[in-house]
Amino acid sequence: MSSNRIMTVSRAMSEAIAQEMRADPNVFVMGEDVGAYGGIFGATSGLLGEFGESRVRDTPISETAFIGAGVGAAMAGMRPIVELMFVDFFGVCMDAIYNLAAKNVYFSGGNCKVPMVIMTGTGGGYSDAGQHSQTLHATFAHLPGLKVVAPSNAYDAKGLMTTAIRDDGPVMFMFHKGLQGLAWMASPEGAATELPEESYVLPFGQAKIVRPGKDVTIVAISMMVHHAMEAAKALEKEGVDAEVIDLRTLVPLDRKTVIQSVKKTGRLIVVDEDYKSYGLTSEIIASVVEENPAYLKSPPRRLAVPDVPIPYSRPMEQYILPDAVDIAAAVRATLGKKAA
Amino acid sequence: MPSKSQFLWMYETMEKARYYEDTIAVAYMEGKQPKFDIGAGPLPGEMHLAAGQEPCAAGVCVHLRADDTVTATHRPHHAAIAKGVDLKKMTAEIFGKKTGLAGGRGGHMHLLDPAVNFACSGIIAQGAGPAVGAALAAKLRGTDAVAVSYVGDGAANQGGFHEALNLASLWKLPVIFVIEDNSWGISVPKAKSTAIKDNSLRAAGYAMPGFHIADNDTLKLFDVAGEAVARARTGGGPTLIEVETYRYYGHFQGDPETYRPKGEVAALKAKDPIARFRKTMIETKVATAAEADAALARAKAEVDEAFAFARAAAYPAPEEALAHVFA
Ligand SMILES: Cc1ncc(C[n+]2csc(CCOP(=O)(O)OP(=O)(O)O)c2C)c(N)n1
Repeated sequence: MSSNRIMTVSRAMSEAIAQEMRADPNVFVMGEDVGAYGGIFGATSGLLGEFGESRVRDTPISETAFIGAGVGAAMAGMRPIVELMFVDFFGVCMDAIYNLAAKNVYFSGGNCKVPMVIMTGTGGGYSDAGQHSQTLHATFAHLPGLKVVAPSNAYDAKGLMTTAIRDDGPVMFMFHKGLQGLAWMASPEGAATELPEESYVLPFGQAKIVRPGKDVTIVAISMMVHHAMEAAKALEKEGVDAEVIDLRTLVPLDRKTVIQSVKKTGRLIVVDEDYKSYGLTSEIIASVVEENPAYLKSPPRRLAVPDVPIPYSRPMEQYILPDAVDIAAAVRATLGKKAA
Repeated sequence: MPSKSQFLWMYETMEKARYYEDTIAVAYMEGKQPKFDIGAGPLPGEMHLAAGQEPCAAGVCVHLRADDTVTATHRPHHAAIAKGVDLKKMTAEIFGKKTGLAGGRGGHMHLLDPAVNFACSGIIAQGAGPAVGAALAAKLRGTDAVAVSYVGDGAANQGGFHEALNLASLWKLPVIFVIEDNSWGISVPKAKSTAIKDNSLRAAGYAMPGFHIADNDTLKLFDVAGEAVARARTGGGPTLIEVETYRYYGHFQGDPETYRPKGEVAALKAKDPIARFRKTMIETKVATAAEADAALARAKAEVDEAFAFARAAAYPAPEEALAHVFA
């Protein structure tokens, strides 16, 4: 069923949540400003009007309490969707996330479920400085027990959100502020997509080849997918045929699709908006090299934030965030080509 | 009662803070029209203005010295100004310039000025712990310096805030916790976030004195804060002060404020704390209208100069992003 509805990521998220709330009375939402405001990044817009204050709950600024309460409610059989406004705020409530949500299934030997979604805004690029611009994919992906989702567009966001709500374990749903399609923040063209009205699920752990190519594999996630696509377009004019892979989920991680692609192209660039060291970029490269270093015809390259807090001032922030120009340059270097 | 110089200092400080915020509010929209884009213009990113909350800054900081510590919130400009943060460097920082306090690395939510022991944090209530630490340092070193920690009424529900209160009281540390109760936490009204009506009552839970200042009253706050600072300096331990204050602008600039009752801001502005303060100062003959006007003119000139300085300053080189990660 094609609907020709072009919708933003924030709309896709709230639609998925609404559909699951209609289908299952155990699903409810809580977090700061999720009610009348509709979520600072629009992920809960319209929900209060339909479901009321009892199922769309504004919380105090007390993340330790309400994320902990999410764990408790989930263990009691509810399906809470809890918003941690900016991922940067995890510091005040990390125990509830990584010692409770992430581990209680294990601690019960699989006898209890923690069907909870923690959705949180990531990413910078608009000068919000070091405490409001981090991406932190790896921080959560590093911890056993958490599934980690980071969609790049509305279609994926809806399907992955539906899957997340139906998952019996805790899921970190990390959405990029700059992809939400907000009235007050620029969003790349490809982020808003056609959005089927009906409910659908997208499986976790299945990356998507968003642009097939034969010369080089560019692996990206979230906002970086858009930069990678832009780079691929620029490279096309130089006769370079890049394959772009959108990982979509960090945990589970679709290593297979990446490895198969590198086997074909022989070259690998990985891009992430998170800090460089100990992150997604090294994880992907390690996965390929572990399988067979001979797949690579040249050293792989990683593009990520160079291990500095995100600076406020625009020239510095733009410098440290990977973009299409950086990606294209990395591809050229990998191919031993001169700059265009 | 404040002395004449304290009166005039508080007045000038409040006018400076007000004019500062009103000037930013205009500058913030540059480059964001006709289409509002939070990342555009000379002042990108979130901007939280404190117009209306000036008494909280002036009424407390009038009692402080440079060696005292202030930790402020994500809405820090009024407190920074009252604590004596270098206005030019602060403004340059907010413009993301090389001559800013941190060379443009921190921006408006992360102003740090070690010269006057001022810091703030964009993470709610996370100034409370460091204020306790500054007070502990003073106690261990045997100085009579004090620390002031500002939090919002929303932040007063954070665990970190309560842990800091307990620790400060347990160790009898010279800390003054000031709750700026503007009755909003973004879109959530205090009544929907806070189980208790009057946050100052929470002081009892930590065995420290608690005070509630109604209606943004600078003079009442002056008295209570003066006593609290004196108590702290002489080993009497911490105090919790809650100030009913006003937030004239939205939570951040660009906030559609659809949650806010119509007419709320107009009603608050009708009883503006600075206008009231000025009236009292002149009526009680502490200062003349001419003296007040001179203070106001000085305040505006200082702000204008700071903005001119910041605008004229150069941006940092992009690679400077890599410096100062480690000491
Ligand atoms: C730990 C944490 N949670 C949430 C936020 C997002 N946030 C920033 S300001 C704010 C509201 C703060 O309200 P209040 O403490 O009353 O201060 P006000 O903005 O009214 O000055 C929120 C929820 C944050 N910065 N840090």
